[in-house]
Amino acid sequence: MVANLEVAGRVAAAVPLSAVTTERDLRLDLFRGVALWLIFLDHIPKNVVNWFTIRNYGFSDATEIFIFISGYTAAFVYGRAMRERGFLISSARILRRAWQIYVAHIFLFTIFMAEIAYVASTFENPLYAEEMNILDFLKQPDVTIFQALLLKFKPVNMDVLPLYIILLLLFPPVLRLLLWQPAVALIGSAVVYALAWNYDWNLSAYPNGVWFFNPFAWQLLFVFGAWCALGGAKRLAGLLRSRVMLTIAVAYLVFAFLITLTWYIEPLARFVPSWLSERMYPIDKTNLDILRFAHFLALAAVVVRFVPKTWPALKWPILQPAIRCGQHSLEIFCLGVFLAFAGQFLISEYSGGPLFQTGISVLGILIMIATANLVSWYKVIEGRYPSSRVKPPDADLAGGEA
Amino acid sequence: MTLIIAFLATIAFIDGASAAPADECEVPQSFLVSDNDLTHVISEISDHHRLTISVVGSGSSSLPGPDGAQFAYPARLEDTLKQRLPGNDIKVTAHVQLRETTAEMTADMGKILADDKPALVIWQAGTADALKGVEPDDFRASLDTGIGAIEAAGANVILMNMQYSPRIDTMLDVSTYADVMHWAAQQHGALLFDRLAIMRYWNDEGAFDLYAATKNYDMARRVHACIGRALASQIINAAHLDAEKLQTTR
Repeated sequence: MVANLEVAGRVAAAVPLSAVTTERDLRLDLFRGVALWLIFLDHIPKNVVNWFTIRNYGFSDATEIFIFISGYTAAFVYGRAMRERGFLISSARILRRAWQIYVAHIFLFTIFMAEIAYVASTFENPLYAEEMNILDFLKQPDVTIFQALLLKFKPVNMDVLPLYIILLLLFPPVLRLLLWQPAVALIGSAVVYALAWNYDWNLSAYPNGVWFFNPFAWQLLFVFGAWCALGGAKRLAGLLRSRVMLTIAVAYLVFAFLITLTWYIEPLARFVPSWLSERMYPIDKTNLDILRFAHFLALAAVVVRFVPKTWPALKWPILQPAIRCGQHSLEIFCLGVFLAFAGQFLISEYSGGPLFQTGISVLGILIMIATANLVSWYKVIEGRYPSSRVKPPDADLAGGEA
Repeated sequence: MTLIIAFLATIAFIDGASAAPADECEVPQSFLVSDNDLTHVISEISDHHRLTISVVGSGSSSLPGPDGAQFAYPARLEDTLKQRLPGNDIKVTAHVQLRETTAEMTADMGKILADDKPALVIWQAGTADALKGVEPDDFRASLDTGIGAIEAAGANVILMNMQYSPRIDTMLDVSTYADVMHWAAQQHGALLFDRLAIMRYWNDEGAFDLYAATKNYDMARRVHACIGRALASQIINAAHLDAEKLQTTR
């Protein structure tokens, strides 16, 4: 996804800041923006537009793209800061970012609680006597709110931000190691992933169970993204150009597509040999199943091959909305979670059919785009955007965020 | 803002215009056919003209209230099978424990099989597991053990997954558990009664408004009656007990 970025990073490190052209790899923003839209769509259950999101055509989904690119940009932005301004200042900036995300998470939680409290106070139906037990936590708001502050209570769809917070909190030493001994850092990350699988490591959640996105497993994708940003992508460039690699990647994507077809078209399932399904299932999202990770890698390899950094379409107006959304990922992610709540609520309340669902989906994405433009505009008027030509030294890179 | 609301309202109006189907229990056949046969049911009916079914499940296999059991789907299944398979001795026994997880049901399975000696076990699972956040791996292991025990006792199994509830979707994500049940059924060559998809179909088609808030038992009873009928159809399909065939064998 990213081969040339390393060069930009090196140049940035070598040249004084004032002379740096903060040319950002727009592919990152584009794909992160698209991933944010897909996450929004996937978070509205029984939405017909869901059929167009990538999770129906392979093992991995938009979450992998989001976490990988977040790791990549975090390393790109804070790696440069660490080289230029040292461990302390870059760490302080990373932690401030983690704090912003924490505040955003609590904000979303408040909205969620309001919705749940509304549902609980208006809903009664003997058909669902058993399922209504899920609202038991409302009887103990003290415990629930406290657990939410501890990131242990994460209602449906609110799992990604706590993962992101943990990854950023631990990022300063990881980044230090990545800059010093990238290979060691990457191997260490893989070892943690393997140990987590072997010993069932995960963080506990409230009221029971574990984190939906196991940080011990998902850190691999984040660290891998960071490693790519700090020179790994350049090292992989030769491999990515090879025909063998492309063949393997395409073959795997086709395989994954055929397997996912059998999930939706029942009669096809008999063609999956039992030895294969026994090994393959379940394809575990919580622990970032290796099949999912491999699927993401294959997807990335093919995309990097056919979408070069200098791809002219990146300048086309039609792609700018997605790029904008990708550049303001935190705001747009939070907005997406909120819009998904609201959209689901509307679809249920009005028993909306396919047309209504499509309308809600389109409207949601339009709101995301409008908001991304608004955030950009704020950065311009506050002099934090490159088009203002005045670049304060501590600003996030090129209007984008880690 | 007004424009947006007007836009949505128009779409909702056009969209919701489709009329409710004549038979509210109507279910597409694709939900009720399978490649797997209920072999033990076939032989029980053809050799002994009897069919003993055990329903094992948690709260959603019953209805609240003192007369809940007579309106819940196990009783309605028995009624429907008696109607559709006259001349056979049909018995459906429900073993319902509120909020019981699959692991707990598996522990009880041996006793149920020994007591009832069923030809078919309808195993409703997953809801309590989703509520309690049981690890999907553990859930899968319990299902495997339980299905193994049922098969060893010489019975067929139909797994029944969760109820569909548009209100609770936002709070309780059952899809992981539904997937596990799908795979478990596929791997054991068992049948899956996809209650989640069937109820969603009824809701989307307007047969039932599952989003409605009500204290009334009427809709819950009608839903259970429909589940009982759909289950009966699935059993009759998978045991090849359709009317023509019965006539030729007589």
